[in-house]
This record gives sequence, structure tokens and C-alpha cells, in this order.
Amino acid sequence: MQTFVEPDYLPALPELFLAGASVTLLMAGVFIGDRSTRLMTWLACVAMAIAFVMVLALPDERTTTFFGLFVVDGFAAFMKCLVLVGAAVTLIVGIGYVKREGMNRFEFPVLIVFATLGMLLMISANDLIALYVGLELQSLSLYIVAAFRRDSLRSTEAGLKYFVLGAISSGLLLYGCSMVYGFTGTTQFEGIAEALVTTVPGNVAAETGVLIGLVFIAAALAFKVSAVPFHMWTPDVYEGAPTPVTAFFAAAPKVAAMALLLRVFLGPFHELAGQWDQIVIFVSVASMGLGAFAAIGQKNIKRLMAYSSIGHVGYALVGLAAGTPEGIRGVIVYMAIYMVMTLGGFACILAMRQRGQMVEEISDLSGLSKTNPALALALAIFMFSMAGIPPLAGFFGKLYVFLAAVDEGLYGLAIFGVLASVVGAYYYIRIVKVMYFDQPTEGFDRPVGLELSAVLAGTGIITLFFFAYPGPILAGAEAAAAALVP
Amino acid sequence: MEIGLTHYLTVAAVLFTLGVVGIFLNRKNVIIILMAIELMLLAVNINLVAFSTFLNDMVGQVFAMLVLTVAAAEAAIGLAILVVYFRNRGSIAVEDVNVMKG
Repeated sequence: MQTFVEPDYLPALPELFLAGASVTLLMAGVFIGDRSTRLMTWLACVAMAIAFVMVLALPDERTTTFFGLFVVDGFAAFMKCLVLVGAAVTLIVGIGYVKREGMNRFEFPVLIVFATLGMLLMISANDLIALYVGLELQSLSLYIVAAFRRDSLRSTEAGLKYFVLGAISSGLLLYGCSMVYGFTGTTQFEGIAEALVTTVPGNVAAETGVLIGLVFIAAALAFKVSAVPFHMWTPDVYEGAPTPVTAFFAAAPKVAAMALLLRVFLGPFHELAGQWDQIVIFVSVASMGLGAFAAIGQKNIKRLMAYSSIGHVGYALVGLAAGTPEGIRGVIVYMAIYMVMTLGGFACILAMRQRGQMVEEISDLSGLSKTNPALALALAIFMFSMAGIPPLAGFFGKLYVFLAAVDEGLYGLAIFGVLASVVGAYYYIRIVKVMYFDQPTEGFDRPVGLELSAVLAGTGIITLFFFAYPGPILAGAEAAAAALVP
Repeated sequence: MEIGLTHYLTVAAVLFTLGVVGIFLNRKNVIIILMAIELMLLAVNINLVAFSTFLNDMVGQVFAMLVLTVAAAEAAIGLAILVVYFRNRGSIAVEDVNVMKG
């Protein structure tokens, strides 16, 4: 008879707290009803803030608990902080929209908390089973929030498409996990890494099996970060989902999926770097190219942001292709800056209302500099930053990943990246041109709302002055990368 | 003839491929896509249980139980989304899922 050894709960404190908080919020919401949505939203933000403090308060050394299924290290802590900030900020910018557009149901903040919990679990996963369960907790919540406006055809269609393609990617991931488990004999990340050094080499069947598993897992993770060729869902889901949900999709899950991708490739599969390197380079080049060219013809700004996010994932993966600590630091810095720019950009999109109706066409921005100079300036800052114009934050994100690629001798990849960002600059700057040089239309409704203004100011200031005070993000990313690549 | 690991893996691979092909070649009905997804997940379960027996290790079976549980939740959410979609569109034919494209 085996006795049950109680695991150490402390390293998982933020997750345990968030799990308790989400269930409590759900119960409270059921009892109070839909008029509690605003209260629930703020309580969810408070819960995430508390979880944020807990993540920071935990010691930085690498600790595993729950029998090796769960790991906490500097990398996990940094990425969790990013995800929590992204989730809380999207809840805050969505408050006005949720109230006006018939999404005033308390389940929305609760589902966002569930999704965030899934992301934290995924970032801390140290085992294929933990990875799968965390990923599914996130995905299942995201399918629902994508279809959250259940009376809107576009929202439900976005939910349906996301569900079908997400389920395929889960299937691919599972098939990959089963192959890796079968041919290494374990699901633990350390065990897989060890088996790839000791038992697998020389055994042709096992080598092939693990490679097939790696390809399936890579495909599923590429789907989750929406990298080409698994990006098909992104434009439709971004366009159809309610705008706060789109903002959430673009910010938090993407950071979490990228964190998972880094952990899986650099942890258990580090030994197969020669194999996954080719996949990462191909995916990176294809994403940068598609992100640059496919966005040019877009008229809907949410769809444009979807292609833009595909391109950004491509740039971030340049750092992973380099594989050095500098490259990984580049990826982490890139994701942090990307998240700030995206949150700011979507805060601008959420301010696009005419006579109480949301508008999403780029032509609706005509002459915004005359009708609402502050909003136009903010959007211009984000667009210039995404295009990579110095001295804005986006430029430094690209600089770090390209420098790392050049240091590793990946000249072709770096040159392609620079060319792609030149092409991409065209559509970002076209938005600035529409705002500043086209004839003004009737302008957007004012005021845009206190929460939106605060978020716009905050993200705008970070984007604008990152070059003057890059210390905190750089140091955090440096420590995070050190935890992942020794 | 001895039925070995290879046979199980082949069956699972065939079922998995059928699931994937079923999703992409199906032009009729979204329900069929849900069935194909289920087929993919169950093929993975065959894989996991076969490996678990072959390796004499319980972890694979624990994994299979978790996959079953999550697959049930996934099917429930998929059907719920399908119901709200049907209310808005009045059809669940795959070629009608086309309001957004480009």
C-alpha cells in the first residue's frame, strides 16, 4: 500500500489562489446576477493583481512540485507577470464595451480568469500531461469567449472556427505527446531530455518516433502562437470575436503560448535542436513574409492587427532560431513589447465609435488628427512602434532578435526579417497617413472613457520612452532567459 | 500471429489520419467535424494505452483518462457553440460558415 505524500503547495500559490478566486467569483456572480458584471470585472482584476504579487514574492530558484509536474523558475515568473498584466488590462479596457454592446454578463470576467489560470499552468508545465491540461483549460475558455456575443453571427462563427481548428491542434499535440511518451518512456520533461541523450540515440525506431512526435507538437504549438502555416484561424477569429476578446487573444494567450514553445523546445527537446531549428526558421520566414504582404490589402483594422500579429510572431521566432541566451532574451523582450503595443493598439480600436456604434474600417479613421488629436497621436505611436521606427519600443524588440541572429551567423534570416519589416511598415504608416492627411469624417464619440484613456496613456508612455529606461524589462528578460538556457 | 505494439500503432495512425482527412474533406456538416475530432482523440488514446502496456508504466493510462475527460468537455463546448451558431445562421452546413473570409 502506497502512502500519499503531500506535495509542496507554496510554489503553486498564485495558481491555487487564482483557481479559488475564479470559483468564488463564479458563485458570487450566480447569486448576484448580471448586474454584478462591473463589480466582477474589478474583482477579477484585483485577483490577478494579487496573483501578480504572489508570483513576484516567490523565490526565483528553480523549484518543482506536484511530483515534478509543475515547475517555477525565473522564466516562469517573468512570463506569468506578462500574462497577468495582459489579462487584467484587457479586462479594464473592455469595461465600456461589455456594458454597451450587450455582453453584460458576469461570466465574461470569470472565463477570462479561467483562461489566465490555464495560461499560468501552461507556463509552469514540466510534464506533457500538465502541458496538455493547462493548454486545454486555456483553450476551452477561449472558445467560449470568442463566441460570447451569442446573438451575433460573426462572433459565433469566430467561436465555431476557433473551436474546430483549436480541436485539431489539440489532437495533433496529443498525438505528438503519445509518440514522445511511447519512445522515451516518460512524460516528464527532464526524463525526456535524459532519454534523448541516453536511450534514444542509436535506436532507429525510437529516433523516428520521437522526431514524428516533435513535428506534431511543433505544429500544435505553431497553431497556438498563430505562426504560418497554421495561421488560418487568426484573421477570421480576430475579426469576428468581440473587440475586447480580440485584444485578449492578441495579448495574453500569445505570450503564454510563446512561453510554452520556448520551454518545450529548449527543455525536453534541447537535444534535437538541429531538427527543430529548421522548423523554426521556416515558420519564422513564412510568418514574417505573410505578415508583411497579406496585411496590405486589408480594410478592417482588426483583420489588419491579425496579420500584424502573425508577422510579430515571425520576428520573435528569429530569436529562438538563434537559440543563444541573447536570442531567447530577444524573444522575451519582443513578446513584452509586443504585448504593450498590442494592448495600446486595441485600446485605440475600442475607442472607435460613431453615434454609439462600433466601427472597424480603416477609412473610418480619416482625419482623426483633426477630430481627436490625442487618440490619433496615440495610435500613430503604436503604429510607428509596430513598424519598428526608432527610437520607439518596437524598434528595440526587433533589434535584439536580429542582433542575436547575426551573432549566430543567420545572416539570411536577419536580412529577410529587415526586408519584411520594411514592407510591413507600408501598412502601418498608411494608417498614420489616413489619420493625418485624409479629409476628416464626423469623428468618434467622446469622451472615450477614463479606463481607456488611462491604458492608452500608460502603454503610450512605455512605448515612447522604452529607450530611455529599458532596465526593468531587459533585466527581467535576461534573468528569465538565464533560467531557460544555462 | 502475435498482435504486437506495431499493430496497435498502425490502427491508431490509420484512425488518426481518418479523423484529419474527415475534417478537411468533409463538405457537408459541422457535426461530422465534431465526430472526426473525437476520432482523432480516441486514436491517441489507443496509442497511449498500447504504449502504457508495452512499457509496463501506468502514466500512459492516466494520460488516457485525462484525454477522455477533456474530450468530453470539448465536445460539450463544441456542441454549445454549434447551437448558438445555428440560431444565428439557420444552417450548420460547412459551406455556409463563410460570413468572414479573405
